[in-house]
Amino acid sequence: MSQHINHTIETLYREQSRRVLATLLRLLHGNFELAEEALQDAFAAALKQWPDQGVPDNPRAWLVSAGRFKAIDQLRKRGRQDVVAAELARELDAQDDQLDLDEDRFGDDRLRLIFTCCHPALSMEARLALTLREVCGLTTEAIAAAFLVPVPTLAQRIVRAKNKIRDAAIPYEVPEADALAERLDGVLQTIYLMFNEGYSASSGERVLQAELSAEAIRLGRLLLALLPAAEVRGLLALMLLHDARRAARVDDDGDLVPLEEQDRSLWHRGQIEEGAALVVAALQGQRPGPFGLQAAIAALHAEAPSADATDWAEIAALYTLFLQLQPSPVVELNRAVAVAMRDGPAAGLALVEQLAAKGDLKDYHLLHAARADLYRRAGQVAQAREAYRSAIERTRQAPERRFLQKRLAALGD
Amino acid sequence: MKYLCLVYYDEQKMAELSQAEWDALNRECMDCVGGLQASGHFLEGAPLLSTDTATTLRVRDSKAVVTDGPFAETKEQLAGFYMLEARDMNEAIRLAEKIPPARYGCVEIRPVRDLMADGNLR
Repeated sequence: MSQHINHTIETLYREQSRRVLATLLRLLHGNFELAEEALQDAFAAALKQWPDQGVPDNPRAWLVSAGRFKAIDQLRKRGRQDVVAAELARELDAQDDQLDLDEDRFGDDRLRLIFTCCHPALSMEARLALTLREVCGLTTEAIAAAFLVPVPTLAQRIVRAKNKIRDAAIPYEVPEADALAERLDGVLQTIYLMFNEGYSASSGERVLQAELSAEAIRLGRLLLALLPAAEVRGLLALMLLHDARRAARVDDDGDLVPLEEQDRSLWHRGQIEEGAALVVAALQGQRPGPFGLQAAIAALHAEAPSADATDWAEIAALYTLFLQLQPSPVVELNRAVAVAMRDGPAAGLALVEQLAAKGDLKDYHLLHAARADLYRRAGQVAQAREAYRSAIERTRQAPERRFLQKRLAALGD
Repeated sequence: MKYLCLVYYDEQKMAELSQAEWDALNRECMDCVGGLQASGHFLEGAPLLSTDTATTLRVRDSKAVVTDGPFAETKEQLAGFYMLEARDMNEAIRLAEKIPPARYGCVEIRPVRDLMADGNLR
């Protein structure tokens, strides 16, 4: 019997501890240190009491309420020396009758936690670490391994972020309507960066840090359930569509396979269908946002039977829209590649060389890789060779470098 | 004439002071403020929390761009200050967005701390 209950508690911890934490944080005025301690105390109390008393009807509410009492106890103890703690203990005690454990509030609390962990006053590094730790519940060790940093460095990053939340009084709240769009954008950027860290680690040998991408997708689903906005849909679609190609992106040696050479039978059909349906919903009835547009482009790629049979005209048009929304040399480069597929390598090269002459992307390896590829396809071997060398020089990622070296070697001498 | 006196120091060196040394320095500051108040020279002033707590705000194309960390750029110079009362960081950002030069340069937002006889924050 008690073993069975221990198992129940373990499952609860895995599935519910982040929700309990999110609510405890609201009840404890956004104090992370106190809420985390309270969470651990609440589960310890459950392990002690439930084998005798049985599992309560609403375990989550029980845990929240137990955690809150433990926190007040803790504050009272500290309050003997600490006036601030004593004051907080009195305040919390007085709020007893307002204790609101409504199901709807639990969802709001998770949103509060997401918006707080992704606050723009925190560095992007800190936002990623804090979100993975507090919202997703990953261990510090797992996060450190994913970002290839020592555990103490990562732990320090999280401590600093929490200190800043406390000292600068970053509130535990979902921003009000007029600030929501801007702040939501910061949350989406954080989630997308998390996904990309998992999809193509920015340096080192590991191309696929699957766990980070899986967490980002899970977070995208959670956010969509809590806040069904068009751009949230767009982001989730984009992640699903990219992730659907995961198995085909690298070969058995761990080398990158470019989109046009990927074995499309390895693509995850279910995920593509889900992503494509989300794109349709994201683009309905309003001007599409940047994530919606990128997802639409990804959907066209994912649904095409081959690289040649892809609707490049539509993709080029979507890039033009995207460029109007977010002018950037990287998007210009992507548009040039789509134009090359639509109108031939010469048309693409004209755009890419124009872009190269502007100089913004002179150290961006993908600009040189794109130039190299277009020269290769145009049959201008000497220029292609020179461009491959420039690209290889600027690539930090080992699998990408190997891919470019293979291409260079295939040109012959 | 009014004069603004800005206080600078190396935070890392100050962090090496013991709590007792730090509190003694803060008590000195309280006495200093008391003296200036008595002589009618003190208008407004406050110590700040460390730059770990700093946030920098820029307004570009009517949009607020918020970043972590203090402003550190030798090209631009200090041009003034606002002492604001705000409920929390989100309100402070919303209020600071209204400061017109945020469109040209930036506004560094720093939480103010209290001077206390002991137990001073860093």
